[in-house]
Amino acid sequence: MGLEIEQPSAVQLSKIAVSETHGEDSPYFAGWKAYDENPYDELKNPSGVIQMGLAENQVSFDLLEGYLEKHSEASSWGKGASGFRENALFQDYHGLQSFRKAMASFMEQIREGRAKFDPERVVLTAGATAANELLTFILADPGEALLVPTPYYPGFDRDLRWRTGVKIVPIHCDSSNNFQITPQALEAAYNDAEARNIKVRGVLITNPSNPLGATIQRSVLEEILDFATRKNIHLVSDEIYSGSVFSSSEFVSISEVLEARQYKESERVHLVYSLSKDLGLPGFRVGTIYSYNDKVVTTARRMSSFTLISSQTQHLLASMLSDKEFTENYIKTNRERLRKRYQMIIEGLRSAGIECLKGNAGLFCWMNLSPLLEKPTREGELALWSSIVHEVKLNISPGSSCHCSEPGWFRVCFANMSEQTLNVALKRIHNFMEQRDRDRNIISSQ
Amino acid sequence: MTRPRTPDHQTESQARKPAGATAMRLIVPLQGVVQGRGGLILGSLIPCALFYFFQLYLKRHRSPKSDSNNISPSQSSSNLAGLQRSSSRSNLSSRGSIGRVQVSSRASSIAKPNDSPYYIGLDKASEDPYDRFYNPNGIIQLGLSENRLCFDLIEKWLSENLNDSVIGSNGGELSITGIAGYQPFDGLMELKVAMAGFMSQIMGRAVSFDPSLMVLTSGATPALEILCFCLADPGNAFLVPTPYYPGFDRDMRWRTGVELIPVHCRSADNFIISLTALDQAFNQARKRGVKVRGILISNPSNPVGNLLPRETLNNILDFAQEKNIHIISDEIFAGSTYGNEEFVSMAEILDSEGIDKSRIHLVYGLSKDLSLPGFRVGVIYSFNESVFVAAKRLTRFSAISAPTQWLLVSMLSDTRFTRAYIETSKKRIREIHDLFVAGLNQLGIRSAMSSAGFYCWADMSGLILSYSEKGELELWDKLLNVAKINVTPGSACHCIEPGWFRCCFTTLSQEDIPIVMERIRKVAETCK
Repeated sequence: MGLEIEQPSAVQLSKIAVSETHGEDSPYFAGWKAYDENPYDELKNPSGVIQMGLAENQVSFDLLEGYLEKHSEASSWGKGASGFRENALFQDYHGLQSFRKAMASFMEQIREGRAKFDPERVVLTAGATAANELLTFILADPGEALLVPTPYYPGFDRDLRWRTGVKIVPIHCDSSNNFQITPQALEAAYNDAEARNIKVRGVLITNPSNPLGATIQRSVLEEILDFATRKNIHLVSDEIYSGSVFSSSEFVSISEVLEARQYKESERVHLVYSLSKDLGLPGFRVGTIYSYNDKVVTTARRMSSFTLISSQTQHLLASMLSDKEFTENYIKTNRERLRKRYQMIIEGLRSAGIECLKGNAGLFCWMNLSPLLEKPTREGELALWSSIVHEVKLNISPGSSCHCSEPGWFRVCFANMSEQTLNVALKRIHNFMEQRDRDRNIISSQ
Repeated sequence: MTRPRTPDHQTESQARKPAGATAMRLIVPLQGVVQGRGGLILGSLIPCALFYFFQLYLKRHRSPKSDSNNISPSQSSSNLAGLQRSSSRSNLSSRGSIGRVQVSSRASSIAKPNDSPYYIGLDKASEDPYDRFYNPNGIIQLGLSENRLCFDLIEKWLSENLNDSVIGSNGGELSITGIAGYQPFDGLMELKVAMAGFMSQIMGRAVSFDPSLMVLTSGATPALEILCFCLADPGNAFLVPTPYYPGFDRDMRWRTGVELIPVHCRSADNFIISLTALDQAFNQARKRGVKVRGILISNPSNPVGNLLPRETLNNILDFAQEKNIHIISDEIFAGSTYGNEEFVSMAEILDSEGIDKSRIHLVYGLSKDLSLPGFRVGVIYSFNESVFVAAKRLTRFSAISAPTQWLLVSMLSDTRFTRAYIETSKKRIREIHDLFVAGLNQLGIRSAMSSAGFYCWADMSGLILSYSEKGELELWDKLLNVAKINVTPGSACHCIEPGWFRCCFTTLSQEDIPIVMERIRKVAETCK
C-alpha cells in the first residue's frame, strides 16, 4: 500500500496571471507558431513560411543608417565627461526636452504643418502598446468600456483589457461602405453597452486604420468627435501609421479637426503615436501620448514611470528627429516606397483574381477572399486560413482575429520583407488560385 | 527609483479664474441687499444679476453647428430640458483643458499633488540645487540615492570599446536591421546571459543565475509592479518591513489595487525584521478579512542599508512556507555593499534548502550598482514557471530599448571591467560613507549599522522638540529650508520611531561633507 503524502497546495497566483486575456492561445497565433517553426529564408529555406502577419516597416532602413553614419555624435555622448553621466542619470519622467521637442516637430512634419504640437503635452512611453494601456488606465475604471470600431488590431484585446479590467465594445463596420464608421454604428455600440449596464468612457480609433490600411475621412472624424462630445466621453486617436500614408494629402489627423474648431472640446481628445511603424524602429520602444487635457498629461506622465524610454535612446533619436532636412526627405521617401510596395501587391493579387479594399496607408492591405469561402462563416474563414498557412505557407491574419463582422477578409503585410520575397509570396498565391480554379473546373466538369 | 521633477501641482494651482468666483461676488452682496433693504436696489440689481447669469448660460451651452443640425424641431424642447438639467449640474469652475469630461477614479488619485515629504524635498532641491561655485547657498541634495562616484570608469570603458556607434556594437558592422525590428519583449537572450553572469559576480559567485528564468523590464519599478500584478488581486496585501522605500507606496499600489501592510522593525534590532512582528501583522490582516499574498523584503535594505542575515532569511522562508505565500526579494543594491558582512541573496538560501521555490521571486536592476537609472534596465527572476510566463507577456508594456540592450551586452560581458568596476565602486562608497558617518558622529548624531546602499540611517531624535511625527517633520522642514539640505524623514518611510532620517552621500564629493556638517550643526544648535 502506497503512502499518500498530502502535497501542500501550490502557492496561488493572481487572476491576471492566470487569465487568458493575453490572447496568445487564439488561432491567430497558430500562424506565428507555423512561421517560427519553419521560417522562410531566401537562400537557406526557400520553401519556408513567409511572414506576412507582422506589420513591420523594413523599406527605409538605409535612410536611417545613412543618417547615423554621417552623425556619429548622435550615437555617442561626445568627448566631454558630462554628456554621458547626465544622460545615464536622467530618469525624469518628463523625458529629455530635446527629444520631446523633436517628437512634436516630427509629428507636425508628418501633418505638413496643418496642426501644431506643444512639446509640453508630449508624454513618453516605451512603445504605443504602453501608451494605449496607460490611456485606458487613465480614462476608464475596471468594468467600464471603450468603443472600438471593427475590424481592429488584435493586440487591443490584450493591451486595452488585460491589466486594466476595461472592456471593449465593438462598433460594427462592414464592407457595404468600405468599413467606414457611421453615426448609426456609433449609437448602436453605445446603446448596446448601456443595455448591458456598461459605462462607456471613450471611443478609440486607429487612423490610418489597422487592419484596413485606409485613412478615416474628415467628415467621419467630425462625426466621431461630435458623438464623443454629445456623450461626454473621450476620444483616443491612435495615429501610429500617420507617416505611412502613401499620399500626404489624404491623411487628416484629429489634431487638424481640433485646430479648425479652435480647440473647443479638445480636453476629451488624446493622440497616440510611435516610431515603430513610420520609422521602422519597434525594437527601440518609443511611443507617445499627446493629450489636450492637462489632467491626463499630468497623470500619464506620472504613470509613465513604469514605461520610460531609455535616456540613451532619447538622446540618440533627438538630434535625428530634429533634423528637418533629414525628416522631410525620410517621410517623403518612405511614403513613396510604401506606395510602390502597395501597388506591387495589389496588382499581383489582382492578377491572381483577388481584390482588396482600396487602401492608402499602412504596411498591409485588406484582402477579400470571401468568394473563396466554402461557408460564409468564421469556421469557413479559419479553414481557408489554415490551408493558406500550411499549404501556401504564408502567415496572414484572418479577419476574425480582428473581430471583423464579415468572414473572408485577411490582412496581408508587405513592408517587412524584400521585394524578392514579396514576389515569391505573390507567386505562391497565384499558384494557389490557379490550382483552385483547376480543381473547381475538374469538379464542375464531372 | 524614479522621482518626479517639476512639481505638477504648481501648474494646476495656477488655474484660470473660475467663473464661480465672479458669480459669488455678485450673489453675496445681492443676498445682503435682498435681506436688508429691498425695493429700489432689488429692482436694479436682480435684473443685472439675472442678465449676467443668462449670458453665462448662453455662452456655456452654445452647441457646435453640427449638433444643432442634428436636432430636429420636434425634439428641441426635450433637448432644451436636457440642457437645463446639465446646466444645473454644470461645473462653474474653469473651462478649457481642465474640462468636464471625467478621468477614471484610478487616475484621479494619481493626479493629486504629491504630499509626501520625500517628493516635496526632491522637488525643492531640484529647483535650487547646490553648486560649489554657481550656487553655494543652494539646497544640498541628500535625498536621492544616486551614485555618482564611478562614472569615470564607465566613460573610460565607453571610449575604449564603443568605436563610433552604439549600434552594431556587438561586433558587427553598422546595421540597424539587427536591432531595429521587434525583439522578444522580455529581452535579448544575450543580455539575459550577460546579466546572469553579472548578478552572480556581484554576489560573490555564491549563487548562479539561470538566464531562462529571467524577464527583463524597463527598470526595477515595472519589475516590481509586474510581480504584484501576477501574485495578488486588487484588495490583497503584501507585508513590508519598515522603514521602506517611499516609492513602494506608489509603485506597488497605484494600478494594482494592492495594499501594503507595514511590519514595524525597531532600532533595538537594528531594524531587522522579527518573526513575531510578521506573525502579528499577518494575523491582524486576517482578522480584517484581508488576504496576504506575500512579503516584500529589500535586501540590502533601503533606507537603513543593512543586510539580512542568513538566519533571518531562513525565518522569512519558513514563515512564507507555513502561510503559503510569496516572497519578493528586491536586491537592487546587492553590488553596493561596503561593510564586512557578507551579502546573502534569497537565491543562495534556496540552493541549500528543500524549499518550494515557486514562491520566490527576485527583483534586480542596473540603476544602482551600475549607476544607469536613465537606461531603464530591470530584472524579474522567478522560480515560478507560471509567473515567469505571465511576466514575460506583461513586460511588453515595459520592454528595454534595443540599443541599450546591445550596449549592455557588450559592457556586462566584459567581466574584467565589471569586476574592477564593482571593486572600485565599493571602495569609493565605503570611503565617503565613513567620512559622512564620522562627521555626523562628531555632531552627536549616531547612525544605524549599515553595510550597503548609498545612504546612512541617522538618528536625529535628540534634535526634535516633541518625540513624534510632528516633531520629526518640523526638524525636516528646518533642515530643508534653514540648513538647506534635503534628507528623507523616517515618517515618509513608515518608520515607527520618530527622528530617523535617510541621508544619501554618493552624490557628494569629499569637499562637500564639511559644508553639510556645518549646516546641520547650525540647525542642531537651535534645537538644543
